[in-house]
Amino acid sequence: MKRIALNGAGLLVALFAAFPVYWMVATSLKPNSEIFASTPRPVPAEPTLAHYREILGGNLIPGVTFLDFFLNSVLVAVATVLLSGLVALLAATAVARFRFKLRTSFLIMLLVVQMIPLEALVIPLFLMIQRLGLYNTLPSLILTYLGFSLPFAVWMLRGFVAAVPKELEEAAAIDGASRAQTFRRILFPLVAPGLVATSIFSFITAWNELIFALTFINDQQKYTLPVAMTFFFGRDDTAWGSVMAASTLFTLPVIVFFLLVQRRMVSGLVAGAVKG
Amino acid sequence: MSVLNKSTGTAAARDTPARRRPRVDRLPYLLLLPCLAIITVLLLWPLGQVVAMSFFKLNNVRQLRGDREWPWVGLANYTQILGDPFFRTVLRNTVLFAAANVVLTMILGTLVGLLLNRLGKRMATFVASCVMLAWATPALTGTIVWKWIFDDTSGLVTWLFNKLPDGLSTALFGRSDWTGYGWFNSPLLFFAILTLVVVWHSFPFIAVSVLAGLKSVPSELQEAARVDGAGPWRVFWSVTFPVLRPVFGILVVLSTIWDFKVFTQQFVLAGGTQDRSTFMLSIYSYAEAFSPPPKYGLGAAIAVILTVILLLVTGLYVRMVLRQEEEA
Repeated sequence: MKRIALNGAGLLVALFAAFPVYWMVATSLKPNSEIFASTPRPVPAEPTLAHYREILGGNLIPGVTFLDFFLNSVLVAVATVLLSGLVALLAATAVARFRFKLRTSFLIMLLVVQMIPLEALVIPLFLMIQRLGLYNTLPSLILTYLGFSLPFAVWMLRGFVAAVPKELEEAAAIDGASRAQTFRRILFPLVAPGLVATSIFSFITAWNELIFALTFINDQQKYTLPVAMTFFFGRDDTAWGSVMAASTLFTLPVIVFFLLVQRRMVSGLVAGAVKG
Repeated sequence: MSVLNKSTGTAAARDTPARRRPRVDRLPYLLLLPCLAIITVLLLWPLGQVVAMSFFKLNNVRQLRGDREWPWVGLANYTQILGDPFFRTVLRNTVLFAAANVVLTMILGTLVGLLLNRLGKRMATFVASCVMLAWATPALTGTIVWKWIFDDTSGLVTWLFNKLPDGLSTALFGRSDWTGYGWFNSPLLFFAILTLVVVWHSFPFIAVSVLAGLKSVPSELQEAARVDGAGPWRVFWSVTFPVLRPVFGILVVLSTIWDFKVFTQQFVLAGGTQDRSTFMLSIYSYAEAFSPPPKYGLGAAIAVILTVILLLVTGLYVRMVLRQEEEA
């Protein structure tokens, strides 16, 4: 009896959590006649890829297709990931491998800057981007997202670096490897999985961001996907099939990446709180 | 290990003593330099800059580019905002919204965490996977889907309400035909739906964190309490909760910080910044600064107020984490 109640509650939770995602995909596969039918169908009766063809082939905004926005987003996110991964790895090594005067201050600063409401930085960063002449360019976004993703990336990576036994590096040093060699041949390969996990978080940060992209980019052909979607979405409220198809294509990479690394997220955020 | 053996040689003589006895090692500072530079330029400097901007009258983008003067107005932006009854409405909206969302997210998240801990292995994996989906969905698309679910003609909720027996629907809500009903038109309903969207996005993190915490509670403790005749309520408050208290503390603070500055969900749900009746601090600041005519100074002042509130909460968070690290 108790088992049944628990399982029932579990199913309810699963339904509440997963339904919107299911509904997004299901709607994107329905022909318009089903989407706007007076009685909604839980499962598409005649699934079709028409909405996907529409957004991929058609011009969302004259001369620009979904694919252009997708590529803008990929470019920004990948550049952010590469830069933030490199810088974070250096900093994480410093924090995890050395004891130096400002170490604790640096760690506290990392925690504090993660709490700065980024929404409050739109105005001053807009000023900076204007001054640098980067307004309406994708590098303005890469720069911004680099700043946003870095503190968490360092915080997360330092755990991975610390987990590599120091003895390995000491052994390498005794065998005569230089510091650069030790880093490249010992530390880097062992930290690589952690670097991948960290990169995914940076990727998601950059991929999902809306406000700054909305503010810093003016030309429609330079829009990233989130900006394009808010516009596309506002234009014609009845095109739910296409909106859901675009949403699905935008969401899919995030879900896949996210599921690969979510464990780290918890341990990164509540660092130290849970023992065992 | 073969890699290690390859590079024996002269480097050893030079490097090893330096590693053993570092006087002032410059390497860690060099490694930190790029990171520090980026954080300073892209986070700390703008944080100072937003404070500076809040003391000026900046109503033209040319001023930002440096082509025009910046007239100093002192605290005028702050007195204007704080004296505006609308600001008080916005602040009230923000605080109430954050409070409601933190409470609901914590309750739902904790319950789901406890549930996941009790379910059988296969069921737990299934439920946890579904919960992960909600967590992984980007704020933008998650909100768009909820907006579709609440669409006034073909949305699922509109359909459900139309399915209610007419008599019941009329008795409860005073209407039986819900087609064309503007779910987002009244501020209260708007905030209710926004709460639904935000809680849906944020409860998974709480659930998974609580679950992780529960795994660290020795199950013998709970069993012993149960054997001694404690009911489930008693077991939770007397055994489970004390162990989880530090986790809860951090989760409440993190949720507070997140829910205080909700932007994307609100922006998408409201379809932009036109609807002032549902403003909260972050979107208010943005709208003042960027919707024409631009008022960057005023927007900056609002952003400063938001930041100060959040930094106070952050102070709490940092103290908690540091205490954790000391104990660990």
